[in-house]
Amino acid sequence: MSKTITIDGLAVPFQEGQTIMDAALVSGVYIPHLCHNPEFKPHGSCKLCTVNVNGRNVASCTMPAVEGQQVLSDIAELNADRLALTQMLFVEGNHLCPACEKTGNCQLQAVAYYLGMMSPHYNHFYPQREADASHPDVMLDRNRCIYCELCVRASREVDGKNVFGLSGRGIKTLLVVNSASGLLGDTDLAVTDKAAHVCPTGAILIKRHGYAVPIGQRVFDHITIKEVQTGGSDE
Amino acid sequence: MSENSDRSPLPNPLPQAGEGAAVSPACDALKKTRIATCSLAGCFGCHMSFLDIDERLFGLIELVEFDRSPLTDIKHCGPCDIGLVEGGVCNAENVHVLKEFRKNCKVLVAIGACAINGGVPAMRNNIDLWDCFQEVYCYEGGLECGQIPNDPELPLPFDKVHPIYEVVKVDYFLPGCPPSGDAIWNFLTDLLSGREPKLDYEMLHFD
Repeated sequence: MSKTITIDGLAVPFQEGQTIMDAALVSGVYIPHLCHNPEFKPHGSCKLCTVNVNGRNVASCTMPAVEGQQVLSDIAELNADRLALTQMLFVEGNHLCPACEKTGNCQLQAVAYYLGMMSPHYNHFYPQREADASHPDVMLDRNRCIYCELCVRASREVDGKNVFGLSGRGIKTLLVVNSASGLLGDTDLAVTDKAAHVCPTGAILIKRHGYAVPIGQRVFDHITIKEVQTGGSDE
Repeated sequence: MSENSDRSPLPNPLPQAGEGAAVSPACDALKKTRIATCSLAGCFGCHMSFLDIDERLFGLIELVEFDRSPLTDIKHCGPCDIGLVEGGVCNAENVHVLKEFRKNCKVLVAIGACAINGGVPAMRNNIDLWDCFQEVYCYEGGLECGQIPNDPELPLPFDKVHPIYEVVKVDYFLPGCPPSGDAIWNFLTDLLSGREPKLDYEMLHFD
């Protein structure tokens, strides 16, 4: 007899040790998220997956599932919060979709589509951020980084290399690379590394593959991130 | 579509435009919706996409008439029902035009990526304006015999390009680079029918 939690009135079974997000993903219940990727240890930083559990708002990617939890997720109040968080991510960086190779495959963009974001709403920061083209096969464009640490986690946990890290705090947070010169080309990152392929935005791109799939035929051009992330796709 | 739909489009509705005093009250029901369009720091791509509604233009022209727009060559926007603004704000003239639109249009619509987040022109926001000018006008392959144009009639450029909602209140946003002709058609027909404009998933895109 498996244990269950309730998400928006739906009974969702879980195994001991799973988080609310784990249980939801297994059952095909979509909770919007950006910094979470089921292949990695949860980070809990983007807060997009915030749900209401027994009256309190918590990050579902880090909250352990406990028998009998009453979870609210797809409700107007939380979706409004998620939209505001997404808009803040857009104005905090330089996210100019028409000029980005990742457009159509970008999870930040896809979440914005899913939440019906018509404008970034807030005043833009247009921050000064550096791009790094020093690596022969991998492009790093910090303008599009949302500090999810997926590349950091992938490099440490899967590649065993420790190529990426976050430095600084708050609005001064910066994605740094582990080389004396500070350049990606001087690290031991290989194009086959997991870290080169987990970026949810266009901050880390594989060179010379940008337009292999034309705009208009990309993952989120026709189906929502909800369908992609709960429909058995490996995206 | 509006993120602030609880607010009315304009605090003080402006008088109806069009035939004005020449129209008798009995003809009011037939009065066409007056639309103005302009491109600020944009490429007129959204206007081109607007033309992609093709033969539906004939149906549209039964319902609307154009104030300032490339179709009329009227230089200043008069009282209108709907203003469609393409492009972001990159210089002083853009601000004057935008404020004139806001003053005269009951409903102001930001159309396209540049009006909504600065778009491709905003890619210069992280480059010093002087460096930008030197690159374009002075270095190899430059224009104007190596001089930076400084005619007093040229509008004063800003150091950064901004979306129009950072300058005036915007009632509706229609994203896309450009939004497709179908998206523009759906949006306009919704608005003209008094419905809250809504885009299908595949019509909402930022690229």
